[in-house]
Amino acid sequence: MSKTSRRLLLAAPLGLAAAGGVGFWYMLDGLQDGSYDPRTVPSALLGRPVPEFSLPPVDEQPLAGLARADLLNLPRPVLVNFWASWCVPCIIEHPQLMTLQREGIPVFGVNYKDKAGDARAFLARRGNPYARLAADEPGRAAIEFGVYGVPETYLVDRQGIIRWRWPGPITTEVLEQDLRPLLRRFA
Amino acid sequence: MRWLFLLLLWAAPALAQTMPADRLADPAAEARAQTIGREIRCMVCQGQSIEDSEADLARDLRRIIREKLVAGQNEAQIRDFLHARYGDFILLRPPFSFATALLWGTPVLALGFGLVLLMLLRRRPTPPPAALSPEEEAALARLKDSP
Repeated sequence: MSKTSRRLLLAAPLGLAAAGGVGFWYMLDGLQDGSYDPRTVPSALLGRPVPEFSLPPVDEQPLAGLARADLLNLPRPVLVNFWASWCVPCIIEHPQLMTLQREGIPVFGVNYKDKAGDARAFLARRGNPYARLAADEPGRAAIEFGVYGVPETYLVDRQGIIRWRWPGPITTEVLEQDLRPLLRRFA
Repeated sequence: MRWLFLLLLWAAPALAQTMPADRLADPAAEARAQTIGREIRCMVCQGQSIEDSEADLARDLRRIIREKLVAGQNEAQIRDFLHARYGDFILLRPPFSFATALLWGTPVLALGFGLVLLMLLRRRPTPPPAALSPEEEAALARLKDSP
């Protein structure tokens, strides 16, 4: 073996270790500022049409339920928000949903594994941000979307394509930094 | 009180199994369902399979697997159904792709790194030092003679 090829052989693992180090450094950096979270899972449905589902409205309230057909050929992008009255982070994101509703952005609610009475009481107390309110008591429509916990929110564009998914509450930061640019882009 | 606690501890693994009401009557079909379920990650308690988890979502997914088996679907169809909705992460044995290349490649890389390290440490021994010159022999003799 010539001297240069030996040198190269020695440099290879060092280069590999250095590349690994840089990778880990970026990962830790992302963990620290919150831009990288290994526990959140990218949605498998991004860029794909909304799945097949059909849900009845929540009992004894005037808003309509929600089905796949309601998310196709829309005049503007909409949000589909999976929530429950028993879900604490849903309380955190509630004011941001009210803001969106006041600005005229349709938020379609899917009430996940909840009792109709509890859902109505939650909205009576805090205000209703929803333009539609469907009940998914068995949680099957949520599985069609790939939901793994509430709250979880999907941005559906005018053609019914899922453009964004946010697991966890929509905080003011998420609203300003992530959601608003997307709402402008797909308007 | 203590015996109750011990009894619960002893029963815990049994409680974590599929609830009897959800089991299929046919033992062969139930065994197939469990084989599929053990390869599916519980998205809520991420280190467990859905067969080992008592999370609501895990129970729903176990039911879906059993419904689809009864409806005549095979293992691959059921896995594809879940994979299409939850992505690679739901499979406890993720498929090999660009995104998972590093995951699968890490053991090989670690082995290679170790082998190279071993080679470096066991490099040919340094040659024995040259014999002493007459001048050095004389100097050494002088040092030995001096008290």
